[in-house]
Amino acid sequence: MRPFSYERAADVSGAISSAAMPGAMFLAGGTNLVDLMKLEVARPDKLIDISRLPLSQIEELPGGGLRVGATVRNSDLAAHEAVRRGYPVLAQALLAGASGQIRNVATIGGNLLQRSRCPYFQDVSKPCNKRRPGSGCPARDGEHRNLAIFGHSKHCVATHPSDMAVALAALEAGVDVVGAGGSRTLPIGELYRLPGEDPELDTTVEPGELITAVQLDRQASGARSAYRKVRERASFAFALVSVAAIVRTEEGVVRDARIALGGVAHGPWRALLAEEALRDQPSTEDTFNHAAEAELAEALPLRDNGFKVTLARNAISRTLSEVCA
Amino acid sequence: MASLELTVNGDRLGLEIDVRTTLLDLLREHLDLTGSKKGCDHGQCGACTVLIDGRRAKACLVLAITLDGAEVTTIEGLADNGQLHALQAAFIEHDAFQCGYCTPGQICSAVGMLAEARAGLPSYVTEDLLAAPDPADEHEIRERMSGNLCRCAAYVNIVAAIAEVASGAIAEDAE
Repeated sequence: MRPFSYERAADVSGAISSAAMPGAMFLAGGTNLVDLMKLEVARPDKLIDISRLPLSQIEELPGGGLRVGATVRNSDLAAHEAVRRGYPVLAQALLAGASGQIRNVATIGGNLLQRSRCPYFQDVSKPCNKRRPGSGCPARDGEHRNLAIFGHSKHCVATHPSDMAVALAALEAGVDVVGAGGSRTLPIGELYRLPGEDPELDTTVEPGELITAVQLDRQASGARSAYRKVRERASFAFALVSVAAIVRTEEGVVRDARIALGGVAHGPWRALLAEEALRDQPSTEDTFNHAAEAELAEALPLRDNGFKVTLARNAISRTLSEVCA
Repeated sequence: MASLELTVNGDRLGLEIDVRTTLLDLLREHLDLTGSKKGCDHGQCGACTVLIDGRRAKACLVLAITLDGAEVTTIEGLADNGQLHALQAAFIEHDAFQCGYCTPGQICSAVGMLAEARAGLPSYVTEDLLAAPDPADEHEIRERMSGNLCRCAAYVNIVAAIAEVASGAIAEDAE
């Protein structure tokens, strides 16, 4: 690991002013960043430890809804009564991620900002546009079995590894970000970006900005939700494909559906075409299959990951059947 | 170099460390506690699992400097006056290892895992997120222990050892 200086932030404004220098990075749980530093994929000059900032609260908001501090641990959020009761899709997604030991340490903000597990990104002896802009993307014609089928570019076919972010995309969470220029709340759909010509940028969070919280609206009464993850072993593996679905039906008709996919794109992939195909349709297996096919018709599989198209179609359809049962 | 106060297996220590030192390297290289094992050093195998403030964690992914003031328990700290922890005894009773390399991490992980399950925390295989899970259920144990790999594949006996302790068949004096 390369040398760096370490400081523990006393408060949010101190953390932000300290982060103004190039080469500074925030450290929370470290389950991804420490690993990337060992691999020398991440080479910070300065680490600003934010793990003791007062951002570890889960607050139930007066109008319903939840505000989750950025340094809340993944396991604590999954275990929280309000999440298990009101946002089961989020509890399930959190519990589908990583392992018990990692969930005990990893934070919510860190989970959102974790980097791709594309094998070329993690190997500094290989070119990678995400790690070294302009060096090329060997994954496009190389080992890409587990990489993107939606929204990729000729510069990058990486996927985002988070399960939690997929549930938050379906929940239309807001992400509070604070920087030297003030604070803002981003819809999660605007947090993640497609790789395009600058895949070194995973998100729209600017250097020196800090995620301080995630906000969840109260869910519509009668909405049901589920998270389904398909992977190469039964547990402790990244998703090949995952589905977060939230559906509200009335008398056997789908009124509202929000679906997000994991393991298929540079960020959580909102399945808007599937959602559109479900609206005001009878809640039947035919409808679910049709909706899944409508979404996957737009997929752009690479040479070796066409199996994800079938997998995603079936996973969407099954998840909808489960939620609407 | 930076200073760090850490309680390890009940001993309060004042340490001077390079800020790059992981908790695992601190334990093994500086404190001569070599029970926690370095398998992958990337958070993927679980051989380095210890308890930090009572919760299981992977020591290879934690920078020691971030733990100032924390309490760490390693496999060396589980026995009580020479009396093995119930999980240590159960692993021997059930022959829950072959080479033994992953065993300290398996046992520390199981200690943390049983505390989580008994506190009612759900897992990915818990059917009802609002009901108390059964800590002795085999599917629950397998899911909750998935962060610990065993290349000898002693899983059948590991699950049996943990299930026996989880079911209360062995008294846990050392906890």
